[in-house]
Amino acid sequence: MLLEVKDIHVYYGAIHALQGISFQVNEGEIVTLIGANGAGKSTSLNTISGILHPRTGGVSFRGHDITLTPAEEIVRLGICQSPEGRKIFAPLTVMENLEMGAYTRKDRGEISRGIERVFKSFPRLKERQNQLGGTLSGGEQQMLAMGRALMSQPTLLLLDEPSMGLSPILVEEIFNIIQEINSEGTSILLVEQNAQMALSVAHRGYVLETGQIVLEGASNALLDNPQVHEAYLGGH
Amino acid sequence: MEKSTTAPPVSFFQRIIRGRWIGKFMLAAISILVTVGIAFKASQSPALFFQQLINGLQLGFVYALIALGYTMVYGIVRLINFAHGDVFMVGAFVSYFAIANFQLHAWPSAVIPEINPVISLVIGTISVIFLAMATCGFLAVTIERVAYKPLRDAPRISALITAIGVSFFLEYFGALPFVFTSNFITYKRPFEVTTWYIQNGIHHLEAGVEAPTGSVLFSNILIIIIIISLLLLASLQFIVRRTKVGKAMRAVSYDKPTARLMGINVDGIISVTFAIGAALAGAAGVLYATAYPQVVFWMGITPGLKAFVAAVLGGIGSIPGALVGSLIMGQAEVLSAGYISTPMRDAIAFTILILVLLVRPTGIFGEPEREKA
Ligand SMILES: Nc1ncnc2c1ncn2[C@@H]1O[C@H](COP(=O)(O)OP(=O)(O)O)[C@@H](O)[C@H]1O
Ligand SMILES: [Mg+2]
Repeated sequence: MLLEVKDIHVYYGAIHALQGISFQVNEGEIVTLIGANGAGKSTSLNTISGILHPRTGGVSFRGHDITLTPAEEIVRLGICQSPEGRKIFAPLTVMENLEMGAYTRKDRGEISRGIERVFKSFPRLKERQNQLGGTLSGGEQQMLAMGRALMSQPTLLLLDEPSMGLSPILVEEIFNIIQEINSEGTSILLVEQNAQMALSVAHRGYVLETGQIVLEGASNALLDNPQVHEAYLGGH
Repeated sequence: MEKSTTAPPVSFFQRIIRGRWIGKFMLAAISILVTVGIAFKASQSPALFFQQLINGLQLGFVYALIALGYTMVYGIVRLINFAHGDVFMVGAFVSYFAIANFQLHAWPSAVIPEINPVISLVIGTISVIFLAMATCGFLAVTIERVAYKPLRDAPRISALITAIGVSFFLEYFGALPFVFTSNFITYKRPFEVTTWYIQNGIHHLEAGVEAPTGSVLFSNILIIIIIISLLLLASLQFIVRRTKVGKAMRAVSYDKPTARLMGINVDGIISVTFAIGAALAGAAGVLYATAYPQVVFWMGITPGLKAFVAAVLGGIGSIPGALVGSLIMGQAEVLSAGYISTPMRDAIAFTILILVLLVRPTGIFGEPEREKA
């Protein structure tokens, strides 16, 4: 097992945002966490990333306990997140954004190979490499956010709502790339409100509701589940 | 969260009440008056005018080195570090002790007696500046760790008040009899002053000789200040634009949580920023004391405040803004001392601050504060 989240309780002050959730990601998988706005999806990712720490419960990665490991160390261990809202460094160029993704890497040759790989997946970033991040379109920013996260060569990539605010064609393109990244060996934990798309690329999924996991299973099974249909797939 | 860009309609009366309109009018009136006044004075005595410009340039570059620290620290932790002027004072004192007590400026000839004295002096002076820079950098990192870091998530006003406290601490700790004492101390320059005058060419001015009337004077101090400032500015620009640490500084200043998600050690980058800003102030302390050769524990207050005004004028958080604002401040101060009255020079600085805040609170190069999501 690559990542194991075990019965974590996460609070924002008095707000009990995650009320004892558990899930796993195995080597080579795409796993999706779906749920409505405010369910606790981003909180889950930020807890794995070490930005937040659970009050009780634990997170382990490749068998090591990382519950209290600080965020910058988590990246070194091989987990990198592309955050919700993309969070591109607007005053930095596309190239500099990618270099920041590679902050934990030392080997220059490895970094430039990483950049080549990102440009291969996202040719549009190559054309815009000297442009400021803030001047990119929404779709390009999403590509940059994913490319930046890939620059750390993560074993596990966390994606927080990559489809947010994008046109259906762009969503299609982004999800194709997600599958491509996965087929090259990176495991992915994908957070989405777009349950249809997420379940169509994921191997397994978890349904999150107000800080608790209410359903889990193989993607096909969840797609066929009437409850999921009703709540997240528009009921048809 | 996007902020709505369409403001509600504002009546003419409301606009006057809001003060922007009055500020713009006052600024326009004052700039016309000042320009006409200066042009008139300059036509009466061009030599005096150019003399002022040169003096203002020297002051402006020193302010720039201080202002950069204010602006960089503000950019990264949104704190006006009021202790920054006192770090500048410490830089001046460190160089004073290094020169007067340890002859650090002469170490190359002490080690290798047959070395060319000029080379010895250049290396020695650079060593003095480096020592002041390193000491100030170390001091500022300590201050940040001890006083500001615990307050990083506290309301901004807490850190601001703490900064004022640190400032008083440095001043009055410095004033203790066994530290810097509370006396004015004559500063020993690492090198002799050489003066030239410009009148149909550049001529060396012999010591004790009066310069001919209508000539413009400048000294090796001016040249050294400009060269060292430009070198430091270029290094800073290189660090911020080209190096990994510099890029990380810009990333951290823009968005700390995301910087952490990329594996950037945010606390480390903040320390580096404080260290660089303080090192520049330390160098400024050495140059200032060389130009105006007297040191005293409160000497950082006024230059510190003026550099702060310069940073606000240029747009706090903007590195080019700090340079431009400082050069303007240097000129404003020297011209008002020359043409209005010497005691007015400080009042002018703060009048500029008030006008800038009225008319363009973000300064020349500043951008409006981003709404953080
Ligand atoms: N910084 C915060 N401070 C307080 N409450 C928060 C904060 N971030 C999220 N929450 C709350 O935690 C819950 C889960 O939020 P989040 O993880 O962002 O949900 P999701 O990503 O599924 O939309 C919500 O009730 C939200 O209001
Ligand atoms: Mg979210």
